[in-house]
Amino acid sequence: MSDHLFSSILELADDHLILGHRLSEWCGHAPTLEEDLSLPNLGLDLLGVATSLYSFASKLDSKCRSDDQLAFGRLEREYKSCLLMEKPNEHFGYTMLKQLYFSTFMEMFWENSLHSKYEDIAAVASKSVKEIAYHIRHSGEWVIRLGDGTKESRNKMLEAIYELHPYTDELFHMSKCSKQCLRDGYLPDRSKLRSSWITRIESIFEEATLPFPTISYFHAGGRDGIHTESMGHLISEMQYLQRAYPGQKW
Amino acid sequence: MEKETLLWEVFVRSKNGLSHKHVGSIHASDKMMALNSARDTYTRRNEGISIWVVPSHLITASTSNDISDALANSENKIYRHPSFYDIPDDVGHM
Repeated sequence: MSDHLFSSILELADDHLILGHRLSEWCGHAPTLEEDLSLPNLGLDLLGVATSLYSFASKLDSKCRSDDQLAFGRLEREYKSCLLMEKPNEHFGYTMLKQLYFSTFMEMFWENSLHSKYEDIAAVASKSVKEIAYHIRHSGEWVIRLGDGTKESRNKMLEAIYELHPYTDELFHMSKCSKQCLRDGYLPDRSKLRSSWITRIESIFEEATLPFPTISYFHAGGRDGIHTESMGHLISEMQYLQRAYPGQKW
Repeated sequence: MEKETLLWEVFVRSKNGLSHKHVGSIHASDKMMALNSARDTYTRRNEGISIWVVPSHLITASTSNDISDALANSENKIYRHPSFYDIPDDVGHM
């Protein structure tokens, strides 16, 4: 059982770690003091989930790596996060949209994992469902206000949709290991969440008076370790401490 | 920023049976965003089970003169202070 479960948990953990790291980059840079607390706070929620997932993965790892080694000791191609996570923060609206896309997906993913046959996953799901509902509220309310705000904020949101939406389809892709986990009843079918995700995003966009785009070509590759050019920069900063002081504990 | 966003006062109830207590203030454009910001700013470490946000300009405050007059007024009414009898040990914390 352990190989495909290990790989699938790692995919999920990498999503949370990389997006959580991106959120942490806002610390000290957010547009208001309130958001400067909120954004890293959302990031900490995601890092909390990643920590749990890496510890499960560590127990299943044939190479017996620790959770820290899994998080900070792999090479770029070994990270299996969706490309959406590593997209740079750009501006505040861009970050909020990215967060809304991911949180809306994860809420459904966790809801469908509450009865996972793998107990550890079910436990993380029941904890995360509550956290993620707030993430959706926070990012959704901002998307609505920025979309239906000033001319400038609206233009920035349109630009963010144009840039980010082509990266959303990868969330619904089923890798080989996740298909096996679905058959075993460990993890839900991502592809079945697509239509419900679209409905939810559409309804927020409608309130934000933003158009729901038609995308002719979706980007993917993160699940195979084929990342965008920003991933290497992200990793070099994220891994700095463990690379400079291997095994360092805090 | 300050020109466009309202100032809100934040009150947090730490547990059932206690009243909401003022904890600080935040900037937000409307009540929903104010609640979100208040949650993130003041209840990140399990500080509360309920939050109130109130636009600061809606609060009527006393002036320092009002207060000193009120205090002076009570100085000669020592019978208002329950200090003339011993509290039984069984009562515990008073």
